[in-house]
Amino acid sequence: MAKTIAEINEKIRKGKAVVVTAEEVIDIAKEKGVSRAAEEIDVVTTGTFGPMCGSGAFLNIGHSRPRIKLGGGKVYLNDVPVYAGMAAVDIFLGATAIPDDDPRNKFYPGDFNYGGGHVIEELVAGKDIRLTATAFGTDCYPRKKLETLINIKDINEAILFNLRNAYQNYNVAVNLSDKVIYTYMGVLKPNLGNAHYSTAGQLSPLLNDPYYKTIGVGTKIFLGGGVGYVAWNGTQHNPAALRGDNGVPRRGAGTLAVIGDLKQMKPEWLVGTSMLGYGCTLTVGIGVPIPILSEEVLRYTTVSDAGILAPIVDYSEAYSQMKPDILGEVSCAELKSGCIKVRGKDVPTGSLSSYPKAMEIAGTLKKWIEKGEFLLTEPVAPLPGVESGITFKPLKERPIGE
Amino acid sequence: MDVSRRIVLHFPPNITGQPVVYRLVKDFGLTFNLLKASVSPGEEGLMVMELSGKQENYDKGIQYLTETGVEIQSLSQDVVRDESRCTHCGACIAICPTLAFSLEPKTRNVLFDHNKCVVCGLCVKACPPRAMISHF
Ligand code: SF4
Ligand code: SF4
Repeated sequence: MAKTIAEINEKIRKGKAVVVTAEEVIDIAKEKGVSRAAEEIDVVTTGTFGPMCGSGAFLNIGHSRPRIKLGGGKVYLNDVPVYAGMAAVDIFLGATAIPDDDPRNKFYPGDFNYGGGHVIEELVAGKDIRLTATAFGTDCYPRKKLETLINIKDINEAILFNLRNAYQNYNVAVNLSDKVIYTYMGVLKPNLGNAHYSTAGQLSPLLNDPYYKTIGVGTKIFLGGGVGYVAWNGTQHNPAALRGDNGVPRRGAGTLAVIGDLKQMKPEWLVGTSMLGYGCTLTVGIGVPIPILSEEVLRYTTVSDAGILAPIVDYSEAYSQMKPDILGEVSCAELKSGCIKVRGKDVPTGSLSSYPKAMEIAGTLKKWIEKGEFLLTEPVAPLPGVESGITFKPLKERPIGE
Repeated sequence: MDVSRRIVLHFPPNITGQPVVYRLVKDFGLTFNLLKASVSPGEEGLMVMELSGKQENYDKGIQYLTETGVEIQSLSQDVVRDESRCTHCGACIAICPTLAFSLEPKTRNVLFDHNKCVVCGLCVKACPPRAMISHF
């Protein structure tokens, strides 16, 4: 019954493609069987909406008169420092950047109310952003100082380029110590007071294509409310992670680098985020369509929360000290029940990733495809798989010689 | 002059076992109306109370609390949710001492029960998109 992406696109163009979400496919396959479901369904849509620190945007702001070379100078957007070590008027705004005079953790725990992620959200929302810059001045770029408002609709390019998003599976964070800790996984109460997780589970893109059989470089996706593409594997991509019998990773595994035109994205899907005592970041909405090319591809999309296991990690010690110890494994279904057992204790759970928003993304992508507005792309290169031998290495520190 | 104020007491773990509140009553002649407490030995504790008594005694009581290492926060008037910013993630659920947040099982939306909220303010900074807002 194998289908091709070209055949699926033909059906999408005619408005005849059968599209279901990664949640809906679970019951359909149960009811009709995998083989019939694979024949009938053309595309399964996934979604995820969570804080993703590996996010940022490249901007080209246009040349001032007289010219200024921001490259090598210092540039701020709403007081948040941006990277300017590139060509004259290209800058990179990273999600975790914070103002130079932010009190950070001087008054522990720092609030981190405003940072790069918030600038990205305001930029996308069409708000004016204050740019201040100093440069050293050259014969061809004489200006040394620039202060101006910029707006996304006026600048030449605004490109979201997230180096690591959509983690395939993630830790469940707990705190074994006797004091509150403030982490990128949220506020963790002492003595196993709570457990925080961050995954869309059965809706998550890479958990529905665990061996990257359809998602590859060039795959067209829902990104930040608009259209984007998978640019590469994300950093720390680790296909060799421990997997269950169903092929689903039981530890953090694959990741995606994604790219897209920020000008067509929406602030509801790129939300500036503050993690108390940790820093700023960006909550990103991503949805990936999975073309049902074979029965095998469909079978992977039928993964449910009960079949996704995640490691429980102590963030007061094991995580910070890079120790491999885990406190056990727990399924996404248990996490979503609101309470898990750790060392015999009932621990209430909370999530950082939003399941209702992930459903909305999978539903939106489904609608786009059904209406014929969104065609699928053929990947131009695969993501490194298990056979690549790629692993996630720690830093080997070496003394710097004389 | 008599005063009556609603305050939030944050206890560091090392003193949660001590009879701090008992001394407020016995040594300073204050009365209290406990609105909410989550204190267990060895953990950081939290008490929301209305504390009343003579101004002079009230001030001494507060001074005693501060010296003991208890952090005192006056209660804001109200904590509300900006529905347009809430992403329904759930990072607030296990943080709230009064269980004012709950999950709607079908949609998995995070419900906020304003009536259960004692305005302690813990969720205000713990909410990643800062959807919980306190009004003073
Ligand atoms: S933490 Fe904030 S955004 Fe998340 S569910 Fe609670 S109120 Fe909504
Ligand atoms: S302020 Fe927030 S954490 Fe405190 S009781 Fe109200 S809802 Fe719960």
